[in-house]
Amino acid sequence: MLEQYGLYFLVGLYPKGPLGGLALTLLLASAGLLLAMPLGLLLGLGRISPWRALRWPVTGLVFVVRATPLLMVVFWAYFFLPSLTGVRTDRFNTMLIALVVFDAAYLAEIVRAGIQALPKGQMEAARSLGLGYVQAMRLVLLPQALRHMLPSLVNQFVSTIKETSLGYIIGLAEVSFIATQINTLVFVLPTQIYLTLGLTYFVMCFGLSRLAYWLERRLSTSPHRPAKEVTA
Amino acid sequence: MPSHLFDFSILASGRYHDMLLSGLWLSLQLLAVTLVLALPLAVAVALLRLSGVRILQALAWTYVEAVRNVPLLAHMLFWYFGAPELLPEDLRSWLYEHNFEALAATIALTLYAAAYMSEDVRSGIRAIPRVQLEAGRALGFGFLASMRLVVLPQALRVTVPPLVSQVLNLWKDTSIATVIGTAELMYQAAKVETATFRSFEPFAFATLSYLLVSLLITGLGLWYQHLHPARAS
Repeated sequence: MLEQYGLYFLVGLYPKGPLGGLALTLLLASAGLLLAMPLGLLLGLGRISPWRALRWPVTGLVFVVRATPLLMVVFWAYFFLPSLTGVRTDRFNTMLIALVVFDAAYLAEIVRAGIQALPKGQMEAARSLGLGYVQAMRLVLLPQALRHMLPSLVNQFVSTIKETSLGYIIGLAEVSFIATQINTLVFVLPTQIYLTLGLTYFVMCFGLSRLAYWLERRLSTSPHRPAKEVTA
Repeated sequence: MPSHLFDFSILASGRYHDMLLSGLWLSLQLLAVTLVLALPLAVAVALLRLSGVRILQALAWTYVEAVRNVPLLAHMLFWYFGAPELLPEDLRSWLYEHNFEALAATIALTLYAAAYMSEDVRSGIRAIPRVQLEAGRALGFGFLASMRLVVLPQALRVTVPPLVSQVLNLWKDTSIATVIGTAELMYQAAKVETATFRSFEPFAFATLSYLLVSLLITGLGLWYQHLHPARAS
């Protein structure tokens, strides 16, 4: 079975047809997270903006997205967006749009927490040196905050990989959908096929969450290094 | 613009109204049943992880990691399509004839939610000073009795805020049961969309329902914290 369907599981019909399977899952998750990052950064900054006219709508938006299931966002993007724009987006892009919107709301909270975890004096010191709010954010706060956010970002990537499985519901040929296709073709081995699917996700996600754990421990010890700097 | 651009009357009464409401009702039932089953399981798993017995700890750790690192959708597919294959033929066909969608969804949701909740319960227990357990033991209680009477009542109170956000996740996760055809809210909304070619009205209904229940859960959490503020130790 592995010989017959292994390649189909990994890359779908590629190169004779569209890319699918595990490769599509990874592509979708990476593209989704990468595109969500700038949006999440902007939303996160909006969340803590001293400007109320910006802070309130952004906070509302983030809350609404976080309180609805991803599947709801997918359905809006799949069924309603085309009737609004008149353009039928393909399944990959539909899923990508939904993931970017959904992840951006979650990243916004990571960014917010990352910035708010910094001592208040950082902003005050930067402002008193004559930097404007935007410059102080860009040059002083964000470089420090982004470093602390790294483990959370890796964890968000794990969530994104898991979220891509919802592409199954709109018929996107990612790895869960391919597994079901294989199950329909083979018919007699559903237990093995779905266990293989689970194991595949496990290997990716477990590996990445270990990486996040390792990063967290490394970062929590290294950034300030008071002892070393004193002796040096 | 045609006047029937939005037709909210389908939400007010009639067949589609009934479908959406029955979907919401099933979603709420899934949430309630899962919660009742998952909480004790979560506490049990957390206790196993803190039991100090190597093999039990390893077992609980494996369960938590194996469940958390696989998407819920794959869990659903496994319990609905994969697991019944291990059962005898008669039982299997009986299951598929008797609303197995809801049962498979409940199993998948319970195991998934319990894995996440057990981590919160575990950190709650670890937040209680160890001397509390030791004092319980010194008074002559066994491990389980000191946990139940001394540590857990304190730990669960600390655990409420993270548990509330897990309940929120669980509520959103019930939507994934659509994938195996459980007739919950998301499934019914999609079905109404297919039947009426109207996506806005059923999806607006579903989105608002999810939002309102989420708000309610958040509100209940805040209310609880207001009633029982965590004591500073």
